[in-house]
Amino acid sequence: MAGLSLIKRMAEALLHPMTPQDVLSLLDPVHSSRQLRGVVTKVTRPMPGSVTISFRTGPGWRAHDAGQWARIGVDVDGVRQWRSYSLSAPAGADPEITVTDIGKVSGTLVRTTKVGDVLFLARPEGDFVLPEEPRPLLMLTAGSGLTPVMSMIRTLVPRRPDADVVLIHSARTPQTALFREELEELADQFPGLTVHHHFTSESGRLDLTDTATLDALCPDWRDRAAYACGPSGFLDDAEHLWATHGPTGPGALQMERFQADLTGGEAGAGGLVVFEQSDTEVQAPGDVPLLEVAEDAGLPAPSGCRMGICHACLVPLRSGQVTDLRTGEVHGDPGQLIQTCVSAAAGPVSLGL
Amino acid sequence: MTQTLHPTTTETTATSTEERRTTIRRSSDRVLPADRPNTVSWAPREDQQEGGPAASASTATVPALAADSSPDSTPASAARVRPGSLAAVGSPAVRPPAAAHLSDEQVAELARELDAVRDDVLSRRGASDAAYIRRVIRLQRVLELAGRGCLLNAQNKVAWVAGTAMLTFAKIIENMEIGHNVLHGQWDWMRDPDIHSTTWEWDFVTPSTAWQNTHNDLHHRWTNVIGKDRDVGYNVLRMDEDEQWQPRHILNPVINAGLAPVFEWGIALYDLELDRVKAGEKSREELMRDLRSVGVKAAKQFAKDYAATPVAAELLTGSGKAALIGTVVANGLRNIWAHSVIFCGHFPEGAETFTEEMVEGETRGDWYVRQMIGSANIDGSKFMHFMTGNLSHQVEHHLFPDLPSNRYAEVAPKVREICARYGLPYTTGPLLKQVGSAWAKVFRLALPGK
Repeated sequence: MAGLSLIKRMAEALLHPMTPQDVLSLLDPVHSSRQLRGVVTKVTRPMPGSVTISFRTGPGWRAHDAGQWARIGVDVDGVRQWRSYSLSAPAGADPEITVTDIGKVSGTLVRTTKVGDVLFLARPEGDFVLPEEPRPLLMLTAGSGLTPVMSMIRTLVPRRPDADVVLIHSARTPQTALFREELEELADQFPGLTVHHHFTSESGRLDLTDTATLDALCPDWRDRAAYACGPSGFLDDAEHLWATHGPTGPGALQMERFQADLTGGEAGAGGLVVFEQSDTEVQAPGDVPLLEVAEDAGLPAPSGCRMGICHACLVPLRSGQVTDLRTGEVHGDPGQLIQTCVSAAAGPVSLGL
Repeated sequence: MTQTLHPTTTETTATSTEERRTTIRRSSDRVLPADRPNTVSWAPREDQQEGGPAASASTATVPALAADSSPDSTPASAARVRPGSLAAVGSPAVRPPAAAHLSDEQVAELARELDAVRDDVLSRRGASDAAYIRRVIRLQRVLELAGRGCLLNAQNKVAWVAGTAMLTFAKIIENMEIGHNVLHGQWDWMRDPDIHSTTWEWDFVTPSTAWQNTHNDLHHRWTNVIGKDRDVGYNVLRMDEDEQWQPRHILNPVINAGLAPVFEWGIALYDLELDRVKAGEKSREELMRDLRSVGVKAAKQFAKDYAATPVAAELLTGSGKAALIGTVVANGLRNIWAHSVIFCGHFPEGAETFTEEMVEGETRGDWYVRQMIGSANIDGSKFMHFMTGNLSHQVEHHLFPDLPSNRYAEVAPKVREICARYGLPYTTGPLLKQVGSAWAKVFRLALPGK
């Protein structure tokens, strides 16, 4: 170990200001000294408008638990964009995501991803995970809400002879049902898995407004720990059903919700500006640079040229969006460093200052 | 019932403890971040969702939209609101002679035209630009490794020549096309923490942050304004006719010739702003802080080229001395090249200097005018432009310091056409002519008078 660390020191001395990771990244792009990365190893397109991407990860990644999600950074038109995706591979395996084209980032992933591409990663997160003690399970999923549950099924069913899982999955048509063949094969192979597919194009919406559907498909549903993932309306129904007719208690029904990003700003709107580190809130007009807002509030904000050319005033945006006072463009994603001297609040804004 | 929530709390702690120590400059209102933003803040923490499961409830503290509570807020439009103290229309106390024929309206119109040039590039900037800078960084790293690798066997003459040449090119590319431009924030729009003005450290003695202060802010804001832009003569040379001649200026050519091969050390010293310390504008504490950071950086730079590389070469092939000569030569050639290119930026015949009266009440258009007539370009091949880090497009760079450097070439004809239409000089010439012109000025101003 001592020899290894000496070699590392020597390499650092020879390479400064490059890092050993910068050199390794020439050979394998999974290396970086500043961010977690993944390299795409397999791309399949299970149906038009969606893609399943497998990737290997670089140093620093922590293997995910079944059901967890990770934030994934994708370069769209050269600009890094971050989104969260469920990891559908079994726990501990190299991650895999399945993405449906519903927006700018997912659309780019569906259309352009190829083997060898680099993805940028944050560590897996989320507590929509399997129970610690073995219990009979009921999975209720709709559309791409199946992706975290798929990880649970792949983790549990082949490995645990005592698994007892019922999956009720709602999809529009048999052709658009994710993982359908794999699920049917698993159900054939392992007695611990029962799969009910529900196709809305054939039989209408999966009705969870009363207990009839569940009583028919899974009579012992009240004795199972339930997991639900899908669109809002679907989950609201499930939540209501459990509240009125189902079991209660910890782990009776766990849900993971979809949520679209709706934090768009409005040019010139102004709004409440929260300086998080300083614990200060100020009402700011939509045409005053955030730098001046901070200074008027008595905060020691970094500054430089005050005309947008020197990038000395960069501060991370936590939430909300800003107006670029030079162009009128409204922009901003959480985590982005913004030039406070030429940016004004475009609605409520939080800054890491 | 449990709903899953993103555990944003843990990460919030990580970034809220992120220290952004700031130092308030005495007798000026500049505040500089002593530390760069923690890269933890790079990944967004409040998650945007698309196709994946997400937080069931957003943070409880979402502030209410209250646009109507600020009655003076007006819609931001490019035409009405320009940041900083620069007005869209008006006139400075004195307009520079070369632009004296322009009316306030013409200068305002010129600003709109140049804004449009910038906006046009922004609208097309994208994946191909990102691919370009990544390609350049890759090329530079391969050259650097191959060059240093060759020098490990520097007793072999071919290896020495190849190694020294590759290392020289690697250092020039790193400083000019990558370092200078990344540190300007030209690539910040990619939001890639590996290629960002807040994280990049360059292969040059002066630390990135120290240089960003004197260069990005002071030099680029006050371009060629005597008494404000300290880059005019770098405190050691008389580079403007209006500067009072003193006997020490007779050494102008000697100092300049001596500066060229050790340019990076000169810049490191310059960035300490000793003259501002002497004038009481910069505190001793700030100087000590800067000295510490430049000391650490200089030690690492020195150790790499003049200790680690020769020692490794000595141990592996017994060619330590030849390797040391190689790194000295590579650094020296890089310094001479950088010095030459930078002196071509504002000192050749035609590039004007300005008085403080000319920036008093300066409008945005006048600022643009000053950048154009205070800078000088170099004509030449694509390769020459690349090796200068596109600083050969000094005029365009000064107009738009944070546009990606690979776009200056396409902007140049438009700027030149605008200059011609408004009757403004556009200074340019081949490399040797511009270098010669800058040197002629160094000699001429060594003597009293103009």
